[in-house]
Amino acid sequence: MIIQFICRAILLGVPLLYGSTGEIVTEKSGHLNLGIPGIMYVGAISGVVGSFLYENSCGNDIANMSPLLAVLIPLLCAIVGATLMGLIYSFLTVTLHANQNVTGLALTTLGIGLGNFLGASLINITKSELPSIALTKTSSFFAAKLPFADKLGWFGDLFLSHDFLTYFAIIIAIVVSFVLNRTRVGLNLRSVGENPATADAAGINVTKYKYVATCIGSAIAGLGGLQYVMAYANGVWSNNAFGDRGWMAIALVIFALWKPSVAILGSFLFGALCNANNYIQGLGTETQELFKMLPYVVTIVVLIITSMRKKREHQPPQSLGLAYFREER
Amino acid sequence: MAKKEAVKTVREPLFHVVKRDDLPWWKAWLIRVATIVIAIFLVGILSVVVTGQSFGGTYQIMFSGVFGRLFEGHTTMLWKYLQEIVILLSLALALTPAFKMKFWNCGAEGQALMGGLASIICMIELGDKLSYPVLLAVITITSIFAGALWGVIPAIFKAAFNTNETLFTLMMNYIATQIIAYYVYIKGGGSNVINPVSAGNFPSVGGNDYFVNIMIVSVITVVMYIYLKYSKQGYEISVVGESQNTARYIGINVKKVIIRTMIISGALCGITGMLLVAGKDHSININSVGGQGFTAILMSWLGQFNPFIMVVMTAIVVFLRLGVAKVADTALLNSSFSEIMVGIVILMLVGCEFFIHYSIKFKHKKEAAA
Repeated sequence: MIIQFICRAILLGVPLLYGSTGEIVTEKSGHLNLGIPGIMYVGAISGVVGSFLYENSCGNDIANMSPLLAVLIPLLCAIVGATLMGLIYSFLTVTLHANQNVTGLALTTLGIGLGNFLGASLINITKSELPSIALTKTSSFFAAKLPFADKLGWFGDLFLSHDFLTYFAIIIAIVVSFVLNRTRVGLNLRSVGENPATADAAGINVTKYKYVATCIGSAIAGLGGLQYVMAYANGVWSNNAFGDRGWMAIALVIFALWKPSVAILGSFLFGALCNANNYIQGLGTETQELFKMLPYVVTIVVLIITSMRKKREHQPPQSLGLAYFREER
Repeated sequence: MAKKEAVKTVREPLFHVVKRDDLPWWKAWLIRVATIVIAIFLVGILSVVVTGQSFGGTYQIMFSGVFGRLFEGHTTMLWKYLQEIVILLSLALALTPAFKMKFWNCGAEGQALMGGLASIICMIELGDKLSYPVLLAVITITSIFAGALWGVIPAIFKAAFNTNETLFTLMMNYIATQIIAYYVYIKGGGSNVINPVSAGNFPSVGGNDYFVNIMIVSVITVVMYIYLKYSKQGYEISVVGESQNTARYIGINVKKVIIRTMIISGALCGITGMLLVAGKDHSININSVGGQGFTAILMSWLGQFNPFIMVVMTAIVVFLRLGVAKVADTALLNSSFSEIMVGIVILMLVGCEFFIHYSIKFKHKKEAAA
């Protein structure tokens, strides 16, 4: 029971981990990308479209699908789709100095619209009676577990039974954490986010860093959408099912104090909080609804505590949300 | 040696960007209007590509989706259109004082939901206990109070500890959503729907249910314009928005201004919730505001903090939303198509501001001058 609860929490937490790792990379360059919810939608739907086309191109011998292609095509599609969204965002905010909040929110509108529109179109094409589209075969490749996971009892369930995107998420978070804190590139990126004028004077190409960080961040976040559809939802896309996970990912960034390594555990905790209502005995449905606000309440508490303590290393990047124009220093 | 060569071969960039001095207002608006025209044109083209309709036909459907058979004397659709504008406008107006103060209130959604919740509770619990005018007064007061409460909580923390308000207000939205879900579940008997309540509805004027809403928001629009432009408090808001240090220097109590402005902002969101519940739906669910709290942020920004420009902007966006939804509907496509179009149009409008504030100088011009 407890093992099941933890596994469920991890499964629920992974999209948030992708989203927040991506958002951390972006925010470290000084850009508060509120388009993440939309970008995750786009990542998810791009993956769905990709695997839908591939499954269809296999026609009747769907059993003979190449596992490698079945995984790679959606993966690439998700990355490309999300990166394109990131490009739009960085073009508007970096090159055109547009307001970041406004651009991000517009991008979210666009992304959710795209997701629902393409999703509905695919549902139309398949003439399915349910308002959803199932890519069960592709999903089975994504959700494949390590072969010996079942034999190792609780240890196997807890550590080895997850889909590969879960491990991938953790690896990405660790790599990002390492790059940010231990490498020159990371140092440069952080300086761009803290004070772009100084970074510029030191010879760092601010525009390039901002573009690359935003696009990589978006690509990572897009994978979160893909993981949700393929691993959590078993390859079933239905409109709006992704819900407000994107916003929760942004909340997780604050919760994790802009540290990807903390975000790993934070995402599992958020997953647990989202799911706690199902595991506490004797809750009525109405109380369950109240329980669902837990992650948000926790985030607010963390937000308040960090702002009260004012520890330097726990603060957001200093120029977060501000446009940088070289001639206006 | 190699280094020297590298320095020599560095090319001068093809163009560079210069901040403009203030563009004359008519030129700035020319750019904006041109962008809107191009955007609407683009929406038409994209619709044609997706639906396969003719170009003219697309706009015809768009028009009929918004105005219905207006020219034959049917005004039902027109009123609906006005109603939709008014709700979005009301939220945008509510956010404006906060934005002008550079306080990113992303919580209009939650503040409006709480206002709506207060209204529906009054309508259900007090509907048969109070006389109609008293009931309306109680609904108004409680909604304003609920919205203001939801808005002032982040403001207090912003004022005291400089807590990030964008994220705080965002989170408050989802807490409000869950409270609504809780309440709807209790009152709806587990059906996720509260049947429309007949008590405490706004009166219909001349057989029109939406008239009161439209009047209320019209009044708010004018009052907000005057408040921001001609009142002392409005001036304080713009000083705090420009520079908190300047504000402190000239003796403005910044904390007080932040809290006061957010009470106003939240209260107006609460009123919007009331308009939605008592004036429109007579019920509530978690999607009552339906993301308009976020669209309103964009409207307030595109309106340049000017309530009258906001009227125009919301009119255009709601036109696109309803019109394109109709186009998609006619072609048996999902109505989310309109969200995509609205997103594109807003992104274009956000982008066009660049050409108002900056100009691009090309290299060859400079060489010719030299």
